[in-house]
Amino acid sequence: MSLFADQYCLICHGVIDPVISWSSVILPTEEMDVCKSCQQRFKPLCGELCRGCGRVLSTDYRSGDQCFDCIRWEEDAEWGGLLAQNFSLYEYNDFLKEVIATFKYRGDYRLARVFKPGILKTLESRTFDLIVPIPLSEERLYERGFNQTEALILEAGLQPTKLLSRIHSEKQSKKSRSERIHLPQVFRIRDTDSVPLEDKTVLLIDDIYTTGSTLRHAAKVLQEHGVYKVFSFTIAR
Amino acid sequence: MKFAIEEKKLIPAPLLLTPQETYPISKLNLLPEIPLDSSFSFNSQLQHYLTGKQLLLDDLPFSLNDIQQHYEKGYLIYRKGIERVGDKNQCLRCGTKDSRWFAEFPCSRCGETCTYCRQCLMMGRVSSCTPLISWTGPIPKEEVPLNLLDWSGTLSPGQSEASSRVVTAVNQSDELLVWAVCGAGKTEVLFKGIEHALTQGKRVCIATPRTDVVLELTPRLKAVFPQMNVASLYGGSEDRHTYAPLTIATTHQLLRFYQAFDTLIVDEVDAFPYSIDETLQYAVKQAKKPHSALIYLTATPSRNWQRECRIGKRAFVTIPARYHRKPLPVPKFVWCGNWEKRLAQKRLPANLLAWTKRRLAANKQALIFVPKIDSMDKMLPLFQKLHPQIESVHAEDPDRKEKVMRMRNKEIPILLTTTILERGVTFANIDVAVLGAEDQVFAESALVQIAGRAGRSAQFPSGEVIFFHYGKSEAMVRARNQIIAMNKEATQRGMLDK
Repeated sequence: MSLFADQYCLICHGVIDPVISWSSVILPTEEMDVCKSCQQRFKPLCGELCRGCGRVLSTDYRSGDQCFDCIRWEEDAEWGGLLAQNFSLYEYNDFLKEVIATFKYRGDYRLARVFKPGILKTLESRTFDLIVPIPLSEERLYERGFNQTEALILEAGLQPTKLLSRIHSEKQSKKSRSERIHLPQVFRIRDTDSVPLEDKTVLLIDDIYTTGSTLRHAAKVLQEHGVYKVFSFTIAR
Repeated sequence: MKFAIEEKKLIPAPLLLTPQETYPISKLNLLPEIPLDSSFSFNSQLQHYLTGKQLLLDDLPFSLNDIQQHYEKGYLIYRKGIERVGDKNQCLRCGTKDSRWFAEFPCSRCGETCTYCRQCLMMGRVSSCTPLISWTGPIPKEEVPLNLLDWSGTLSPGQSEASSRVVTAVNQSDELLVWAVCGAGKTEVLFKGIEHALTQGKRVCIATPRTDVVLELTPRLKAVFPQMNVASLYGGSEDRHTYAPLTIATTHQLLRFYQAFDTLIVDEVDAFPYSIDETLQYAVKQAKKPHSALIYLTATPSRNWQRECRIGKRAFVTIPARYHRKPLPVPKFVWCGNWEKRLAQKRLPANLLAWTKRRLAANKQALIFVPKIDSMDKMLPLFQKLHPQIESVHAEDPDRKEKVMRMRNKEIPILLTTTILERGVTFANIDVAVLGAEDQVFAESALVQIAGRAGRSAQFPSGEVIFFHYGKSEAMVRARNQIIAMNKEATQRGMLDK
């Protein structure tokens, strides 16, 4: 008989090799959710990062500490200054793509836990007044059964404030960059009475930062309602 | 989605005209049964889609109104997806009860905390508020043409006996194990039985663990049953919603079926580790009709099944000889010392090295089985010093298919492999070695299958099989005994040429 019940990796479902030490005998063991080999397939964003969107800066696509995309955003009269800064966890590689697809399209809610340590680590030195999930439309929410961005917040043990709602439209992933940027506003504030927004700092949560258009549309609505500063966090960049 | 119960009928919440109490289906104690209204003119498209299946609402391209109408006339049923007994859950699609496969989430479809099954998630999420939908109306009528079977081959005496046992099992809806040695020709043994079933208007399914086998069997069966509609089902296949009298599917796809088949043939029952075996048994039980024939095919039944055969608790028939009437090569055991330690010093066991050199000199191809990928990676450069064309292959190798092809074309003299090539692959004239045969990945069945790779073709019916080991395992001894016993039985039954 084993003293320790097997723990299984949430991603590959294999048994996680237990780390047995004196502290694990004496103290209750921390629940392990991901095995070493799956964890290693996530590529953290490291090195010099863009101060706007948090991507890894490449030599031929930057000016100073910003990437060309962010410079383009910031020079735009309508969109500049809306998003203070974005933080992301991992490179959007094939492995992460697959994990996110299982999580949100197959509806494996439990996978939100995979990102809990990363989310808490990124946010530990920063404070925000409100953590706001990017919403799904009613139709999409019914189809999926849950909102993946809200799941990320809840499973990290944080409190989401569901400030925004979304008008049903075509799937974002089927659109080009210019189509995404020139979209009409799809977000609305749900009810402004219950939560005062004046001078608040908001952290928006989304799963993937692709062009940054979704987050800026959301930031725009929030700032129109008095929010002072909008930051964002995504799993993938 | 939630349901209300109104006049002994389930009504889906979106179709309710007046607001009332609704529940996730798993919280309803008794699901009402509705008698069939035979005057109802049902949608035959829905009938073809749903007969013998258990699908989710999301799988059905029909309106909820349409579906509900068929329910109210007794043509389909809503069943629970997840059943909760005490504090234990069971997924009624894949059968799992193991708590590690269940998770909860705040569900926006029912507004409650829903439990869902992670084990069969990839086939669409089943949760507490998910109904499984099955057809209970009349099944589609198929015209059965005469002279179904178009096959002019001949059966060996062993095949012929097994074939008539299969026919009897099909006709009497019995269970039968066909225990046929590697290379006996087990597919041909099924033809007569399938013909009998189809002629009687019965629905037949062949389930096999691997997609490769589905792809290989489909054209063969289409060729021998040219007038029949054959559905070929695997992850991502196009025939998913075809109703066919003859279905060839991966065992995984059986989870979408419910009381569908009059004859279910399960290939390579032993190919699963024990834990998956339970899911397979559940899937088999769900997919076949309560009164139906169940035929298992394998070269290597488990210890437990072998025992049941011996004590008369399991109906079985053996084909102890290969089609080419030559005995199975019996593995030789050769002690090779602590091969892992040697490998750490970048050296191979001397006797394995000598064995390999002899194959290269004689220009004879060989497979060398290795227990672990990392030791195989260390070995490959050592082997390549003997011959640069020596290659290795494992399950996640992206070039797996290409390497197998090059081995077939004799471009690779020796192929190192994990157990991935233990079954299903045939190379005409090879010798086989196992390094580290004592390792626990080499179970009795794996070793019998590995030995079965040698001497497959009629032109080259012999081949050498060597287990290089660092201490004999029980599995090695049992595997050798099983092969010797089959050869002995074949001799006694006069199935071998002198």
